Amino acid sequence: MLNINNLKASIDDKQILKGINLEVKPGEVHAIMGPNGSGKSTLSSVIAGREGYEVSGEVLFNGKDLLELAPEVRAWEGIFLAFQYPVEIPGVSNTNFMRTCINEQRKYRGLPDMDASTFLKTMREKAELVELDPNLMKRSVNQGFSGGEKKRNEIFQLAMLDPKLAILDETDSGLDIDALRIVSNGVNKLRNKDNAFVVITHYQRLLDYIIPDFVHVLMNGQIVKSGTKELAYELEEKGYDWIKAELKEAAL
Amino acid sequence: MSTSEQDILEQITGDDYKYGFVSNIEQDIIPKGLTEDTVRFISAKKNEPHWLLDWRLKAYKHWLGMTPPDWQNVKFPPIDYQDISYYASPKEGSKLNSLDELDPEIKATYDKLGIPLEEQLILAGVAVDAVLDSVSVITTFKEKLAEKGVIFCSISEAVQEHPELIKKYLGSVVPYTDNYFAALNSAVFSDGSFVYIPKGVRCPMELSTYFRINAKGTGQFERTLLIAEDASYVSYLEGCTAPKRDENQLHAAVVELVAMESAEIKYSTVQNWYPGDKDGKGGIYNFVTKRGVCMGNGSKISWTQVETGSAITWKYPSVVLKGDNSIGEFYSVAVTNNLQQADTGTKMIHIGKNTKSRIVSKGISAGKSQNSYRGLVKVRKSAANARNYSQCDSLLMGDKCGAHTFPYFEINNNGATVEHEATTSKIGEDIMFYCNQRGISQEDAVALIVNGYAKEVLDKLPMEFAVEAKKLLAISLEGSVG
Repeated sequence: MLNINNLKASIDDKQILKGINLEVKPGEVHAIMGPNGSGKSTLSSVIAGREGYEVSGEVLFNGKDLLELAPEVRAWEGIFLAFQYPVEIPGVSNTNFMRTCINEQRKYRGLPDMDASTFLKTMREKAELVELDPNLMKRSVNQGFSGGEKKRNEIFQLAMLDPKLAILDETDSGLDIDALRIVSNGVNKLRNKDNAFVVITHYQRLLDYIIPDFVHVLMNGQIVKSGTKELAYELEEKGYDWIKAELKEAAL
Repeated sequence: MSTSEQDILEQITGDDYKYGFVSNIEQDIIPKGLTEDTVRFISAKKNEPHWLLDWRLKAYKHWLGMTPPDWQNVKFPPIDYQDISYYASPKEGSKLNSLDELDPEIKATYDKLGIPLEEQLILAGVAVDAVLDSVSVITTFKEKLAEKGVIFCSISEAVQEHPELIKKYLGSVVPYTDNYFAALNSAVFSDGSFVYIPKGVRCPMELSTYFRINAKGTGQFERTLLIAEDASYVSYLEGCTAPKRDENQLHAAVVELVAMESAEIKYSTVQNWYPGDKDGKGGIYNFVTKRGVCMGNGSKISWTQVETGSAITWKYPSVVLKGDNSIGEFYSVAVTNNLQQADTGTKMIHIGKNTKSRIVSKGISAGKSQNSYRGLVKVRKSAANARNYSQCDSLLMGDKCGAHTFPYFEINNNGATVEHEATTSKIGEDIMFYCNQRGISQEDAVALIVNGYAKEVLDKLPMEFAVEAKKLLAISLEGSVG
């Protein structure tokens, strides 16, 4: 589904990604962990198509060259990014925003607009999935939402848009344990054999709820170690220093 | 996305001002310059009665002794009033009786503007007065309106046909002494619309005037007078466009509204004068005085404006709430992009008891533009129990533009209730990327946000025009973010 080959990215002449290689297949959940400033958020931004980066290498998504596509086209192709800091959009209700997103996607796929009753029904169902207060739908996107509500709104949007590949960028940060459970449950219900998740996180605790098939350690712009969920436990226990030490040793 | 929004976006083809064409119409333009003779010439051209010429001349003399206002938050070089031609009309001159007599080039102009002048083609239920430069070229549906006693014609025609009404009301709301541009307009006004709704009549269709500046080196000085007798109702809309030119053109209009007992006037404006280019070259100076007086008890005047055009906008549609229990409303969306400047707002003058006013102003600034809201709420001692609610919101697109709010309150009655709310929001790259990532393109995102933000005001427009206004908002903000 997603093939990343030697992806490099820099911003203002500062290289942040220094050759990433990653393959994600349908049905898989990949966790990406790493210390602050290792390039985790940059990786998600570059995949989603944020402007401002100088990018080289290759990112193929179901055979298409993602780097050639505008961010909205990537979204229509089935890429979803749950933001670490969801923005507030003044004047646009959550409902109206979601309807626009869905119909733009449908237009790209040659489908007619979703009819109002299906839309509302879907919205009710998906809001329930993340226990999101239906009253929030009438409010402007994320405006006046609590931190937890914003994150749940991200997963709600994910559920509505039903992407092929969802990237969760530190969705767990700032969540209390109940919200974490709600968000994770939502994600688990959305998992199926055709879609894939890339979960970016600092902490192992999220991976207790969303169990990954693979764990990668991103350090200094490169994936330096990959393993199964056991690797996450090891990181939780020992931190990142032992990997640094390992790398140093290997370099000698 | 709704179909209307879809339409808007399909119409977005570039950042060009699509009304910027020039029509090749044979015109009479008088030489540039303003003297007493110019005033006499215009008056004679229109075959006006003596009293009106006298009034114009008094206004002219008064104007000579005035200085242009300098308190507004806009910057522009001094205007050379001798470098403007004060009268331009299509060659055929006199008013036409039917569309067949209209110069095909003029008709084509209006077709191109999306204002077909054939009655059967016009939006159902909208009568149009088409003003080209200094004259009204045609007014539609006159007969149909006359059946109800409604008078809808050019002000020049009203001077001839209904002199008693003109004499009674012209300058009664905005006297020529009011301000610099009102004085200038009173001296040289050339045409505009006149509306009279008799007692108890609900005007059966929307009335609208479409103002078009075409001639080069001219100014447009139109005057609109609208009178609603007891218990009558009218909804009126004006639209405006002008060709793209490198020099600035002056548009100084005066609009006067009079609402008698229990009458209601809804006055909407979609202003899309040429705003100048990206570097601030050219564009219309839109210096307009608009005021309505709620003369009778229980009357209501509501101003709705969508201002997207003009290099500089300077206007404060106001309501004088004289009658007890009268209501004044002001709903405004003012967009500035590139190097446009706007200083706009309203005045609500409470005189009668239990008078109410509501102000909803939504400013949108983009590019390097400056957008100011300036509003006055004045409650006289006599206005027991007056209420005002004001809401002034600013939306900034990018970080090179400015938004300013200047609310003034003069409250002389302790029983008055005055509320004021203000917010500022900013649309930056973060919001744009978020929308993009959800599958909404830049243009669609701007349209979505702006239309959502301005909804409360757009909802006040007659429906046919709300669609037009939404399109305009999207187009005028194109390329404003990122």
